[in-house]
Amino acid sequence: MVGCGRVGSAVALELDRIGWDVTAVDQNEDALQRLGDRWNGAFVVGHGMDVGVLQKAGIEEADAVVVATNGDNTNLVIGQVAQKQFDIETTIVRVLDPARAKVYSSLGLRTISPTSTAIEFLTDAVRSAGPAEAQS
Amino acid sequence: MYILIAGGGKIGANLTRSVLALGHEVTVIEQRRDRFERLAGEFEHRVQLGDATELFVLDRAGIARPPDLVVAVTGDDEDNIVICQMAREHFGVEKVIARVNDPRNQPLFDLIGISPTISATSIILAMIEHEVPEHGLIHLLQLRKENLEIVEVQLDADSPSVGKPVSRINLPAGARLITVMRDGQAHMAEGETELRAGDQVLAVLEPGKEAELRKVLLSKADR
Repeated sequence: MVGCGRVGSAVALELDRIGWDVTAVDQNEDALQRLGDRWNGAFVVGHGMDVGVLQKAGIEEADAVVVATNGDNTNLVIGQVAQKQFDIETTIVRVLDPARAKVYSSLGLRTISPTSTAIEFLTDAVRSAGPAEAQS
Repeated sequence: MYILIAGGGKIGANLTRSVLALGHEVTVIEQRRDRFERLAGEFEHRVQLGDATELFVLDRAGIARPPDLVVAVTGDDEDNIVICQMAREHFGVEKVIARVNDPRNQPLFDLIGISPTISATSIILAMIEHEVPEHGLIHLLQLRKENLEIVEVQLDADSPSVGKPVSRINLPAGARLITVMRDGQAHMAEGETELRAGDQVLAVLEPGKEAELRKVLLSKADR
């Protein structure tokens, strides 16, 4: 799990809970606090663009890599390192910008854009609550 | 030629001025408002405000034409990689040039296939190496695509190869001597050429073979 912010830490905790062997990576040492007392996994302090840090986190033996740092472009680069250099088939990259997520998905990277999901949910919520004449 | 420059800092601004003087059509994208306003004062409509990794910003700057050349010189290496990759792989731009800010990121540009790259730090470092002969082995040229590099080695009297002809030097696989510079004269490194103390030897080798080459050509103190 590269990037241990609000999203990354929650994903790491949930995977840890259901039995995955998880290592979280974050350049900020304080991110470990987000994982709390129930955390059984490992934690590596360092920047995900540093291949040495990824190796220290055990990327060579990883079955899956999730990239969710707070920078879209950083995530796109790290995701490609996992995919191209370490051949991790299950590489999933969080990209906030829906347009960039689409471009990279067409280039063969598995991207998830929470922004797109939010847009759909919000639009649907308004549509279902709105006046009948606006629905057609 | 239509050139799109991403990043209007010192490098981007000077580059814009220079290519305009050569008569090219240029658009420069800068995301910081203070810089944008300064640039717009000089380059007028040729400057666009925005993040050059956002598609609508690239669109506005005419990425769909597409430009003949995209130059990414922002201060962020990940941004430069993404700009060049989208330009080439998504918009069909044929030529890209990227700036590498932190030389430790060079392998990432290579992995993703962004080339050519320019790094001021690496260029200055190469010059320092050239000025400091005690390093023994100087990198002269890297041929990344060919996976070869050319180095210069200064032989001193302690070198284990001094007094031997080239044919009897046990060079590592993937390394060849090219020429021997002696008294300001270059000689081809033939099998019978005998190496002497003070010679400057040019060698071509695969990256990563430097340590083995040092062992064969340099005295213990220089290794």
